[in-house]
Amino acid sequence: MSTTHTRDTVAAGPPPDGTRRPRPLNSAFSRTAPNRPLLGALGIAGLLALWELAPRLGAVPERYFPPVSEVLATLAERATTAPFWEAVGHTLYGWALGLGIALAAAILLGFALGAAPRLRAFTTSTVDFLRPIPSVALIPLAVLVYGTDIRSTLLLVVYACFWLIYIQVLYGVADVDPVAEQTARSYGLGRLARIRYVVWPTTLPYLMTGLRLAAAVGLILSITAQLIIGSPGIGDQITNAQQGGAVALVYAWIVATGILGVVINIGVRALERRVLRWHTSVRGEAAA
Amino acid sequence: MNHQNHQPNHQGERPAMLKVTGLQKIYNGGATAVEAVRDLTFELAEGELVCLVGPSGCGKTTLLKCIAGLMAPTGGTVELADRPVLAPPPGMAVVFQEYGRSLFAWMSVRDNVELPLKEKKLPKARRTELVTESLEAVGLTGFADSYPWQLSGGMQQRVAIARAIAYEPQVLLMDEPFAAVDAQTRADLEDLVREIWQRLGVTVLFVTHDIDEAVYLGERVLVLSNSPTVVQDDITVDLPVERDQLTTRQDERFTDLRARVYAQIQRAKRGTDQPVA
Repeated sequence: MSTTHTRDTVAAGPPPDGTRRPRPLNSAFSRTAPNRPLLGALGIAGLLALWELAPRLGAVPERYFPPVSEVLATLAERATTAPFWEAVGHTLYGWALGLGIALAAAILLGFALGAAPRLRAFTTSTVDFLRPIPSVALIPLAVLVYGTDIRSTLLLVVYACFWLIYIQVLYGVADVDPVAEQTARSYGLGRLARIRYVVWPTTLPYLMTGLRLAAAVGLILSITAQLIIGSPGIGDQITNAQQGGAVALVYAWIVATGILGVVINIGVRALERRVLRWHTSVRGEAAA
Repeated sequence: MNHQNHQPNHQGERPAMLKVTGLQKIYNGGATAVEAVRDLTFELAEGELVCLVGPSGCGKTTLLKCIAGLMAPTGGTVELADRPVLAPPPGMAVVFQEYGRSLFAWMSVRDNVELPLKEKKLPKARRTELVTESLEAVGLTGFADSYPWQLSGGMQQRVAIARAIAYEPQVLLMDEPFAAVDAQTRADLEDLVREIWQRLGVTVLFVTHDIDEAVYLGERVLVLSNSPTVVQDDITVDLPVERDQLTTRQDERFTDLRARVYAQIQRAKRGTDQPVA
């Protein structure tokens, strides 16, 4: 996951000089591209085979490391029950609500402070101090204030997601092309119109990067909160399974979180492609 | 080109549309103040096409920004139809050199052209009419739904020109608009500007560093001095109204004028800013 993120962060922002926006070198990729899905599938197949064989051959103790067939069977069986989907629903609810709150707050504050350089300079040091505080360090505080309520989960998710998006929005707002800005002004676009038609589209690629990072981190924290605080959801289910000694079930839940992460990432990427179809990172080679 | 509705005219025959008086711009970069423009005074009559040339770094862009109301001058005034320009006026449209950055990549060609008209609060029907007409005038009918980045550089600058004329300005400012396109496209676009100017009767101030372009396009050529900038020479281009890339450029008069502008620019570069007698 981390490698994906580094690459995306670099690729998502528009290049510093907007005159000649570099386009992705499709030709360079074309030789390797057709093999990628195949190689990916082979990789997963290899991993599954290893996971199946290692416990069966006694390379790892089967008691703590059940073969994948058993884990997937447990998962499939659980997936037909209502409590499974309830837990998934709780986790997704905390994730979505927290991400939504963080997104709205980051956009509002980012645009407000982006338009007020003095205020921005005034708050920069505070932001730089608050931003690196790991969200999990707030768990005791969350428990103290909200107990096992969903608000505990929300506090953690919002805190972690907010900074990721907020920083991106600040960069985006500051990246408005002076020529685009002058064009808008010379054609009589007022302040609000410029925000809507120039600043907002300029910020979008940054915002989407922040959203993609925050979507992944938000899921992690949603589950972490349930795991440690014990509010209902997947994290809570993992703890329960562990305490009941249901090892295969623990693995089944872990696999479920992985699948959830992949689905969320695919969803955000699809959204990104839709929203940024005009942007260099998405549009590819222009048909000129 | 058939329905040309005005003859070449000279200063004084028609009322002044754009009046720049004693314009001065000093950039205040902390301790060091740089005087980019010293004292510029000139007028454009209504419907005139004037080219502004000068050595590079002479403050052409500064001047244009002051005229467009995008930048406040340190001293002097700019007047559009007898009204002082303090902010971008509704009667002025600017075509920038950097079409790739001036057009909004996130909007289709149609939306790019239509956006200023929306801000002008024109009714939908009138907007559609203006967009269609202006795209037709620049030869881009059928590209309304394309995105700017799907078009070639020359076509993108045509979109920017379409956006400018759809705005129905009294004065059209063009800031080295063809500096970034290839030579053939450039010739086509030059003829396009002449054609649009003749058809619409709009006043055009065309900034360029290209001497041939200035003489080919203009009714008058203003030569700027080196920075700090003053008007070094004001040359009337007495070429026929109908110009042609081939014959006009071979015309002896064209060559003479070109030589004169060239000599003035050389003088400007050396910094001897006394006007020629």
